[in-house]
Amino acid sequence: MTSDLVYHVAGAGLLAIALWRLATCRDTLRRITALNVLAIGIAMVLLASGHDPATGVTNPVPQAFVLTGIVVLVAVTAALLALAERLEGSSDE
Amino acid sequence: MNETSLLVSLPLIAALVAAAWPRAATITGVIATLGNAGLAVVLAIRIGQGGAEAEALGGWAAPLGIGFAADGLAALMLVMTALVGLGVSVQVAGAPLPDAGRTGQRTAFWPLWLATLGAMNALFLSADLFNLYVTFEILGLAAVGLTALSGTRTALRAAFDYLSAGLAGSLLLLLGVALAYATAGRVDLAVVPELAGSHEGRVALGLIFAGLAVKAALFPLHFWMPAAHSSAAPEASALLSALVVKAAIYVALRLSIEGGAAVELLRLVLAVAGAGAMLWGAWHALRADRLKLLVAHSTVAQVGLIALAIGLTTGARDGTIWRAAALLMLSHALAKAAMFLAVGRITEELGHDRISGLNREELRPGAAEFAFAIAAISLIGLPPTAGFVGKWLLLDGLIDRGAWPWVALVLLGTVLSAAYLARVVSRCLRGGPHVAPGARRPAWRAGDAAALGLATAALALGLASALPLTLLDATLT
Repeated sequence: MTSDLVYHVAGAGLLAIALWRLATCRDTLRRITALNVLAIGIAMVLLASGHDPATGVTNPVPQAFVLTGIVVLVAVTAALLALAERLEGSSDE
Repeated sequence: MNETSLLVSLPLIAALVAAAWPRAATITGVIATLGNAGLAVVLAIRIGQGGAEAEALGGWAAPLGIGFAADGLAALMLVMTALVGLGVSVQVAGAPLPDAGRTGQRTAFWPLWLATLGAMNALFLSADLFNLYVTFEILGLAAVGLTALSGTRTALRAAFDYLSAGLAGSLLLLLGVALAYATAGRVDLAVVPELAGSHEGRVALGLIFAGLAVKAALFPLHFWMPAAHSSAAPEASALLSALVVKAAIYVALRLSIEGGAAVELLRLVLAVAGAGAMLWGAWHALRADRLKLLVAHSTVAQVGLIALAIGLTTGARDGTIWRAAALLMLSHALAKAAMFLAVGRITEELGHDRISGLNREELRPGAAEFAFAIAAISLIGLPPTAGFVGKWLLLDGLIDRGAWPWVALVLLGTVLSAAYLARVVSRCLRGGPHVAPGARRPAWRAGDAAALGLATAALALGLASALPLTLLDATLT
C-alpha cells in the first residue's frame, strides 16, 4: 500500500519537474532530457496503476502500454537528437 | 483485404518502397496517392449507400482486439485527405522539392508524405483510443520530417519545437488513455460515454483533450505552429496546415460526439479556447508582414472556429452543429492547401513573400493570385463556397438555440478573417496605373494547376454540399 503510493507520488513529481523544465527552458538538449523524464514519469504512474495491492496481482495491459510508449520514445528521441545535431551544425543563415 | 485495410497498408508499404528505392520514389508516390484516392472514393460511395461499417482486425473483437470503424465522418475525412494529397502531389511531381540531406536527390518528400497519408488514414479509421495514440506518433514523426525538409536553420528549429511539443502532447494523450483503461478496463471508443460518467474518467478525457489541443495548435497551446507552418516548404506547409492539424481536431470531434452531453465542461473549455484562437490568430494575421506567416496565423484562427463549433456540439442528436464542424474542416483543408500552394507560386515568381511587396509594377497577377482569392473567399465564408455552407449551418444551429453571444463571436471572427485576407487580395486586384503596360505575366507551372484545382474544389463543394452532408448522415451513434 505505502510502496504503491510512493510510485504514484514519485511519478507525479517527475511529471511536474519535466513539465516545468519544458515550459522554462529553450536549450535543445535539456528539452530532450525533460521530455524523457516526462515519459518516465508517466510510465511510472501507469505501472503503479496496473498493480493491485489487495491481491498482489499485476495487470499486464498497462505494461504493454508502457512498452509501446518506450519504443515511441526511443524513436522520437533519436529524431530530436538528429534535429538538434543539425541545428548545432548550421549556425549560418 | 478490403478497402479499410488497404487504405492503411497501401500508403505505408509505398512509403517503404519510396524510401528504399529513391529512383522510383516519385512514380511510387504518384501511383499510391492515386490508388488511395480511388479507394477512399469507393469506400465513401459504399458507406453513403450502405451505412457505416466496422471491422475487427485479425478477427479479434473489441475490447480485446483493435477495431476499425468506417462511418460517414471518417469517409469524409479520408476523401478530404485524398483530394488534398492529390493536389500537393501534382505540384511536387511537377517541381520536386530540394532535399537538404543528400544533394542531387529530390525524393525525400515522397516517403514522408506517404507515411503521413497512411497514419492519417489509420487515425480516421481507428475505433480504439490506444491505436489513436500510435497513429498520432507515426503522423508526428512524418510531419516533422516534412517540416524540416527545406533544411534551413529556421525550419530545423521549428521542426525541433514542433516535435517536442508534439511529444509532450502525445504523452498527455497516453496518460489520459492509461487513466481511461484504469477506470473502465477497456480503451475502444465505445467506452467514452462510460468515462464521461465518472470523476476519474473525466480527468482522463481532460488529459486526452489537452494532448489533442497541443497537437491541433489550439490557442493557447498553438505556440509551435506558426513557426513550423511558415518556415517549411510551401508544399509541406499545405499538407501540415490542411491535413495534419485536422487529425487532432477529428479526434476531438469524434470524442465530443461519442461523449454526448456528459462532457459539457470540456466542451465549454474547447469553445472558449476556440473563440480565443479566432481573435488571437486574426490579430497576428493582421499584423504579419510575410505572406506565409499570415496564412499560418489564419490557420490558428480557423482551427479556433472549428474548435468553437465542436465545443458547441451537444452530441450526435444535435444534427446541425457537428455537421457544420465537419464541413468547416473539409472546406478549410481544401482552401488552406490551395492557399499555401498559391503562396509558394507567388513567392517563386516574386522572389520574396513580403505582403508590402505585393504591389508591383512589372509582374501581372497570375493564376496563383486567382487561386489565393478563391481560397480566401471560401475561408471567409462567402457564398457559394463550402466555407459558406459550413458557417451557415453553424450560425443556423446557434440561432436555433438562441446562443447569441456565440453568434456574435463567429461573426466577429468572420469580419476579422475578411480583414486580414483582404490585405493580400486587395493588393493583387490593383490594376490600371499600378501595372506597367509592358508587365509580364507569370508562366504556368504545375503548382498553378494544383492550387487552382483545390480552390475550385472548395468552390464546387459549396454548390454540391448535399454530397458531404448525405455522407455524414451515415455516422455511427
